[in-house]
Amino acid sequence: MKVLVPVKRVIDYNVKVRVKADRTGVDLANVKMSMNPFDEIAVEEAVRMKEAGAADEAVAVSLGPQQSQETLRTALAMGADRAIHVVHDGELEPLAVAKMLAGVVGEEAPDLVILGKQAIDDDANQTGQMLSGLLGWSQGTFVSKVDASDGAVRVVREVDGGLETVALRMPAVLTVDLRLNEPRYASLPNIMKARKKEIARKTPADLGVDTTPRLNTLRVEEPPKRQGGLKVGSVAELVDKLHNDAGVI
Amino acid sequence: MAILVYAEHDNGELSPATLNAVTAANLMGGDADVLVAGSGCGAVAEAAARVRGVAKVLVADDPALGAQLAENVAPLIAGMASGYSHIVAAATTTGKNVMPRAAALLDIQQVSDIVEVVSPDTFVRPIYAGNAMATVQSTDAVKIVTVRTTAFEAAETEGGSATVEAAPGAADAGLSTFEGAALSGNERPELITARVVISGGRGMQSGENFAMLEEVADILGAAVGASRAAVDSGYVPNDYQVGQTGKVVAPELYIAVGISGAIQHLAGMKDSKVIACINKDEEAPIFHIADFGLVADLFQAVPELKAELRNQGVQAR
Ligand SMILES: Cc1cc2nc3c(=O)[nH]c(=O)nc-3n(C[C@H](O)[C@H](O)[C@H](O)COP(=O)(O)OP(=O)(O)OC[C@H]3O[C@@H](n4cnc5c(N)ncnc54)[C@H](O)[C@@H]3O)c2cc1C
Ligand SMILES: Nc1ncnc2c1ncn2[C@@H]1O[C@H](COP(=O)(O)O)[C@@H](O)[C@H]1O
Repeated sequence: MKVLVPVKRVIDYNVKVRVKADRTGVDLANVKMSMNPFDEIAVEEAVRMKEAGAADEAVAVSLGPQQSQETLRTALAMGADRAIHVVHDGELEPLAVAKMLAGVVGEEAPDLVILGKQAIDDDANQTGQMLSGLLGWSQGTFVSKVDASDGAVRVVREVDGGLETVALRMPAVLTVDLRLNEPRYASLPNIMKARKKEIARKTPADLGVDTTPRLNTLRVEEPPKRQGGLKVGSVAELVDKLHNDAGVI
Repeated sequence: MAILVYAEHDNGELSPATLNAVTAANLMGGDADVLVAGSGCGAVAEAAARVRGVAKVLVADDPALGAQLAENVAPLIAGMASGYSHIVAAATTTGKNVMPRAAALLDIQQVSDIVEVVSPDTFVRPIYAGNAMATVQSTDAVKIVTVRTTAFEAAETEGGSATVEAAPGAADAGLSTFEGAALSGNERPELITARVVISGGRGMQSGENFAMLEEVADILGAAVGASRAAVDSGYVPNDYQVGQTGKVVAPELYIAVGISGAIQHLAGMKDSKVIACINKDEEAPIFHIADFGLVADLFQAVPELKAELRNQGVQAR
């Protein structure tokens, strides 16, 4: 079984994001970037499938600027076998990403594609579902458990009401949720080894995809600020304030 | 042109999230048609027909749609798109699962999780865990939009008199099979619609200790939520998680207990009307956004809170 894992380079989740003064976007200059946390979980799952003998190859793919190679190196250091970099500067929307991933799927013919459920920059939560639709494959979204065997994969999905179990025909697209696993840290020897692994380069044109955005971002602004910070001295005061001042209980 | 709203339901009841989606649809341009896709879902269709702001209910009643698998529902939605200017759903796990697949089939870039309708083609949506708000204009012929339920009032459940018609037929794509659900449904109000929410974090130390919060919740008629740390530690089920990647809530009162206030958690609750917190670390970031912060050990303060609520005769509203 072959597994393809799309990984996105995003602002690190610990960074306090700042909106640019000209309101065109957020400030990316000199900001720490990392692999989207959900994608680390996806890579971890693919590597575990390899370690369990369920998968024989894990291929990481990233679409983005030159520096996306660092993200791919991280995936390789975690245990992916090789990587594909689709070079693109500037914004990419989920539909264009899904189309390019469909192109990569056409060339690589994986049995499973495992994505993050959501990129923590655009918070779109779309790409996996779109890719699955374009391919006409089955989809298991927001999964917290994966059991893949001959020709089928059973997943547990995290939904608003609790958990759901769905059996999917392979090939399938999965998007992972937080509880699926705990991603490993790449060890130093593996980081060294990853330097020698292959990263193939492609362009959107190679995949025949038009990346022109469909959404015009008119402006990006700070959210309204809350006026918080008041402290109360006791539980009695807290109840009094909520009851008599705020009137919410 | 007309607007189509994809209804969320369990074949028996219309989910309240649909009511928020109807309101958003009305803001995009008038009355909405509602698609009820399911199996044996006639009662849902009738309920949808009574919702104010709904012009027409289209029912696709088919065994293949019983579990609303995206593989079977998305082609149905895509097939109906040509008569509509917008297709709208709530940004719940149901809407998030189905709508992007339908959008891809139609070659449309979905706009996710909007909090404001600026004009029929322009919407505001949070990005970066709500640390920035983007105003985006869709250039696609049909707008596919998911709606953050807390940002739009619920449409009234009575007062409408929509016609009910059959939707085009559906088919089983044969790609996936629903095997079962383990729903953690309890007697308490739903997190997303509750008037009061009390959430616990890592500071709760165990699942058993959540009983303290439940006792307070019972007095206040509140829902119980949690931080990711509390869910990851197995104190409570996944559907309790509030935050960037869990549920977004905006109750009249949110009480955070033993929660530090990471941006990912704030993303899910900072639009609450009033925020209170109990935390023993006065430096915890949650205090910056709390209207009323109490620096205290929760194991003392929560039982005290329960007693004090009783003393002051506070009751669930
Ligand atoms: C991709 C990604 C997505 C995420 N999504 C979410 C999300 O949706 N929701 C979410 O909540 N988090 C999310 N997180 C996690 C988030 O970054 C924080 O790790 C998490 O919110 C911390 O939970 P916590 O506040 O309960 O725990 P901690 O940060 O450990 O805080 C515990 C708090 O309890 C207090 N405390 C301890 N003991 C007591 C006591 N006896 N009395 C009073 N106070 C006490 C401490 O002072 C501390 O402030 C996400 C992270 C990532 C990377
Ligand atoms: N530029 C990209 N390169 C590789 N994978 C991506 C890219 N954008 C999105 N993805 C994948 O799609 C998932 C969901 O992203 P989104 O739909 O943008 O929230 C991510 O977790 C990644 O697995």
